[in-house]
Amino acid sequence: MTTSASAPPAPEAAKPSPARRGLPLSWLGLLPFTLFAVLFLILPTMKIVFGAFQTPDGSFTLQNIRDLNTESILISYWTSIKLSLITALLGCVIGFAMAAGMVLGGLPRAIRGPLLTFSGVASNFAGVPLAFAFIATLGPAGLITIYLRTEFGINLRAYGFNLLSFWGLVATYLFFQIPLMILIITPALDGLKREWREAAQVLGASVGQYWRMVALPILFPSLLGTFALLFANAFGAVATAYALTGPQLNIVPIKLFAQIRGDVLGNPHLGYALAFGMIVITGIANFLYIWLRARSERWLK
Amino acid sequence: MTRLLAWAALLFGLLYFFLPLAGMTEFSMKMRRGVYSFDAYRAVLGDAKFQETFGYSVAMAFATIVFGVLLVVPTAYWVRLKLPRARPYIEFITLLPLVIPAIVIVFGYIRLYNTSSWLPLTGSITGTNFLLMMGYATLALPYMYRSVDTGLRTIDVATLTEAAQSLGAGWVTILARLILPNVLVAVLSGAFLTFAIVIGEFTMAALLDRPAFGPYMQLLGANRAYEPPALAVIAFVITWGCMGLIQLVTRFSKHERAKA
Repeated sequence: MTTSASAPPAPEAAKPSPARRGLPLSWLGLLPFTLFAVLFLILPTMKIVFGAFQTPDGSFTLQNIRDLNTESILISYWTSIKLSLITALLGCVIGFAMAAGMVLGGLPRAIRGPLLTFSGVASNFAGVPLAFAFIATLGPAGLITIYLRTEFGINLRAYGFNLLSFWGLVATYLFFQIPLMILIITPALDGLKREWREAAQVLGASVGQYWRMVALPILFPSLLGTFALLFANAFGAVATAYALTGPQLNIVPIKLFAQIRGDVLGNPHLGYALAFGMIVITGIANFLYIWLRARSERWLK
Repeated sequence: MTRLLAWAALLFGLLYFFLPLAGMTEFSMKMRRGVYSFDAYRAVLGDAKFQETFGYSVAMAFATIVFGVLLVVPTAYWVRLKLPRARPYIEFITLLPLVIPAIVIVFGYIRLYNTSSWLPLTGSITGTNFLLMMGYATLALPYMYRSVDTGLRTIDVATLTEAAQSLGAGWVTILARLILPNVLVAVLSGAFLTFAIVIGEFTMAALLDRPAFGPYMQLLGANRAYEPPALAVIAFVITWGCMGLIQLVTRFSKHERAKA
């Protein structure tokens, strides 16, 4: 980020004539990409952002943002944030445990390749089919539900577990959150040098002290950064939740989906504001990710 | 002690990942009462709607891959060769689709390119298909660009280009016969990942109202019992196939390089 900020003014001042002659032409090579990015990424997003601050006749207003302040919308944001936080946290903890077990815990090396490949598959196995898999497993007639009922007489429903609820969604989202964590954190764990652990041991540190005072501080930016990525990942997901519970679950992406399809809020510009809120939240999460990642990579060179 | 915890974590994870897969497979074979059968698969595969939507999504995936390759390879090559100082900006843009949720992007499309706008893409079927392809291309952009850019890092772009130019090659020849073959593994990895993303995508296709595989699966899920898990098994096999192919081409290229 810092290099990018200082780089652009340089060519005009420093580069001799060939670069100057080639400058307009060489920028032309980026035209297709720029056109694509502007038309299908930046302009559509701008449309939403500006739309959030406009009245139907086009003048500036803050009313749309203020209108987000209804109970139903606030609850949907809060549920979404809670869902994303919990799945990101559990995904990080469990994924970290598995990755650490694989890299440092003395598990046979043979499991490394298959586990990483499987993580690649599972982290991409989201959306509608994932919902089906969980319905077939934990749903009312699912494998585990039936097994527990017939073999042990345990009725999950009587214990308050319902797949088509908040916690059901948490269980389902973890199926792609955990593998994503494994994929991202494994290179960071590989970057922990054996010498650091040995140096700590030589100086008399216990295993707990090594983790608390050496390894975790080094891994901390990676961990927090991955947490932010998992958060954004869960926050923007529509398909899994929609296929699992249909349009009734009150989370932001589902609400926005219904709004785009049928203007359920009764105000098109409130839809813009709803989407704008999503951009702000995932934007913050990803900004944290990029920033912390840049910091963590300094350690792991 | 550490080893015990490591095994515990691994076993928990394996169980957690294995059970839903077992659940969906078992459930998908229970259509016929009392015995396991492939009736659900027969019902799904024989459904005309399935063939239609699956064919549509496969076609969209191929179109997206071709477009993505034509867009990303020349751009990444050009940035490496001529405009290294533009790299942070390009990289930032390619990461934007991870920041902006897909549903927000497609919402923008619908409002920006509706029938009363300056570019009424959603007014015709071809236009909407094109818009959907662009949407898929943005979804795949972070992975495709990263993959190709990493691939370009392993070759000496400047020297190869100069060598080709001194032999009289033009830009198209350089890109098609020099750069593309050299980053083929990276391109294929990006392509398989794009395929895995596009084939089951739900949000964009549903909101643009196109007959894709994702919305079809959702619709079936709301109305049937045994076919959805069969679809899930099929989708899982496809995802697994894509990831397997990525591994395969990567390993193959290592083998090739080792020989050379």
